[in-house]
Formats: sequence, C-alpha cells, structure tokens
Amino acid sequence: MRYLAEFQNPELARGLLDDIRAAVTRPWALMEVCGGQTHTIIRHGIDQLLPEGIELIHGPGCPVCVTPLEIIDKALEIASRPGVIFCSFGDMLRVPGTGRDLFRVRGEGGDVRVVYSPLDALRIAIDNPDREVVFFGIGFETTAPPNAMAVHQARKLGIRNFSVLVSHVRVPPAIEAVMSSPDCRVQGFLAAGHVCSVMGTEEYPALAARHRVPIVVTGFEPLDILEGVRRTVRQLERGEHTVDNAYPRAVRPEGNPAARAMLADVFEVTDRSWRGIGVIPLSGWRLSERYRDLDAEHRFEVGGITTREPAECRSGEVLQGLLKPNECGAFGTVCTPRTPLGATMVSSEGACAAYYLYRRLGSPAAPLEANPVG
Amino acid sequence: MCLAVPGRVMEIEERDGTRMAVVDFGGVVKDVCLEYLPDLAVGEYAIVHVGFALQRLDEESALKTLELFAELGLLQEEFGDPLEVER
Ligand code: SF4
Repeated sequence: MRYLAEFQNPELARGLLDDIRAAVTRPWALMEVCGGQTHTIIRHGIDQLLPEGIELIHGPGCPVCVTPLEIIDKALEIASRPGVIFCSFGDMLRVPGTGRDLFRVRGEGGDVRVVYSPLDALRIAIDNPDREVVFFGIGFETTAPPNAMAVHQARKLGIRNFSVLVSHVRVPPAIEAVMSSPDCRVQGFLAAGHVCSVMGTEEYPALAARHRVPIVVTGFEPLDILEGVRRTVRQLERGEHTVDNAYPRAVRPEGNPAARAMLADVFEVTDRSWRGIGVIPLSGWRLSERYRDLDAEHRFEVGGITTREPAECRSGEVLQGLLKPNECGAFGTVCTPRTPLGATMVSSEGACAAYYLYRRLGSPAAPLEANPVG
Repeated sequence: MCLAVPGRVMEIEERDGTRMAVVDFGGVVKDVCLEYLPDLAVGEYAIVHVGFALQRLDEESALKTLELFAELGLLQEEFGDPLEVER
C-alpha cells in the first residue's frame, strides 16, 4: 500500500542508521511519546539497531494504559446496570478495574459491545430507543475529535438515550510532567505524529524552549522513527532545542482546523488523573458545560467512586520511562496479556504488551519489510 | 485503538446529513466519516482513525521525504564507512 511499504524499506533504513551513527558523539536519551511508536520500535528492534548510547525511553502515550482505575470502575458500574448498552473500543475490555473487567461484566449478563467508531455507538442508540446507550470516550487528541463528533451528532439529531463516559488526555501536559519529574533523564522527544495531525504543532515551541529539549514530530513506520531519531540527535549534538516536523506528509503546522473547532465546542480542559502516574494539571478534556447533559458520570451518578491502584503492578514507572517492562518482577510470569495486572499489558499500544509480544525468550525482531498492512 | 492508518478514498456519499466515504486499507474496506476533511476527493489518501479521516496524506511531501532518505544512503556510499568519516 502506498505510503506504508515505502516507509519500511531496509535499504533506506540503513542509510538513516549510518547517518545517525556518523552524527553521534555521546549518549543521548530520547522519549517516544506514543505507544504506537513503542510497538514499531520493539517489533522491528529499532532500539537495538541504533548506535550504542542512544536510548529510547518509552513514554506514557497509550490511552488505554493511562485511563485511571477510577474511570474503569465507573465504566464497570454503569455497564452492569440493567437497561444499559455499554459501548467501548475493544482494547478496554480486558483492562483490569478493581476485581474485574468489562469482559467479566459481559459474562455476568451486562450488555457490553465493542465498536470500531464512536458513530457506531450512536447508531446503536438510534436503533435501541428504549435502552440507555453509553459510549466509553477515551483517548488522546487523535481520538477526541471522533468522539466529539458523536456527541455533537447526538445533540443535533436529538438522541436522548446516548451519553459518553469521557476520559480524554492531552500530550503537551504529559511532556511537561515528564520534564518536571526530578528523575527525568529525557533529553529529546519524538512527538506523537497523529496527535499533531489533529492539533498541529503550536503547543510545542514553548515546551521546547522552557525545558531546552528538541521536540521532533514523528510518524509510525520504521523509517519515520529513524528519521525522528536522526533529527533529534542532530539537534542535540548541535546544542539546539527547537520543534521540527519529521512527518510532514501527515502533519501541517495548523493541524486539522475543523477538528480543532469541534474539540473547542464539545470539550473543555480539565485536570486529569493518569493511571499509575497521578493527577497532571490541565491534562485532560471533559464535556463542556453545553454538553454536560450527555455526560454519563452525571446521568448515572457514579461521581462518588474512588479507588486505589494495586501495588504489585509497576506500570506507573513503565509509563514514566523509569522502568523497562521486562524489569518488572511480574512480567511474563504472573502478568501476561491473558492475565494482565496492569493496562500496559493489555493494550495494543502498551509497552508491557510490546515487550511480551516481540521480546520474550529472545524472539527475533521482525525484519523491516515484513510489516503487515493496515 | 489509537493506531491511525492510511487509506484510499473509493467512494463518497451523503448519509443522514453526514459526509461519508468508503475507504480501502490495502484490501480491507471500511466506512469512514469525512466531516473533518470535507474536501477530500476520491482517489486521495488520508490518515484514518476510529472511522474518521483526520488528515490528508500529502503525496508530494511523502515523495520528498523518501528522496531525502535515498540521498542519505547515496551520500554514505560515497563517503565509504560512515564510522570512519572524520567530522
Ligand atoms: S509487566 Fe504487568 S505488572 Fe509489570 S508493570 Fe507491566 S502491566 Fe504492570
């Protein structure tokens, strides 16, 4: 497929790797923000191909992983109620809440359905006017516009039996939190390309200047990752710290104006708790005042649920780049994708799942040209 | 779920007042909402995420990026082993 296979070309990868090798004079630690990038890196062994001293620290950019336990428990509570159809992206079904997950709720008779798009959930509401249909609206800036559209359409069409349990998160405050941590080792960022496809790059120059870190917008194919690393390392070696776009085929400086306008209408910025990390100020979105009546937390009065994280799972450290997944004592033994202790082992973007899939028992990295399409 | 993938627009139609497209992802075909990219045309590629086209894929910059990568490889060959190149 066009724009996909071309960006996996092993010949071109070699050229990029050579160029990185030629530029590096000392060790550097870079963080790839997005869990999709983490999967590309571990799957193809890109971290092992890079010159020694260039370390890739895996960032918190897995929306399933950072959705707080409290919200999962609210989802479980709502999904258990009679008369409710609870719609979610598939990744959320096995994320452990306190004592159970959505999969279990379904086994116990709850009507939990997997949807591909938030508009599918709205369609279910239209087709089932006598049921309450709740959509689990999680995700970063990439997923927020589709979810906002479902909310907007529900209002426009006057669908009264539809509501959304919202737990959206934003990348720039997460970068701020990573850089402000006393344990921070990160010297440069590969910013999440598709987040910037929507939001553009305006939020990043201030961050790059304040923390004196290069921020390079990076795509998801192996060559995109290598190009992101190459540009970040080049800046670091020159003592620069600016925002650069290594993914221009999908990212314009202004992002997607129509999507941003919808976000500004449907959501408002709020403090948000990140699973395993804690509250990051102004790091999330909730429904704006105008759309509060579509907020499932209000409709189902689950605002009172609060919970505490289990101690044995170290996903908080994994998500902050302080621990590699295979350094967790439970990794691959007690904790596997079938019996996950933490969300980072469940999600297709979670770092623990990436290590489990591609780096267990010395399983070889996929050759660059063998990536499946789509 | 956060993965967004490039797909090619096959057909466009108005459905319940919403602009929708049939998009081909290398053989897998799905319905995609075009409300955020209303001027996307049949034959164009876009980044699609959870059923929404979010950004048009720019062929020109894709080709430019690939050219740059190719150039890097060629330059390295001219210089020989990059590890031995004096900086
Ligand atoms: S391996 Fe399992 S227990 Fe350990 S940090 Fe990852 S999800 Fe948590």
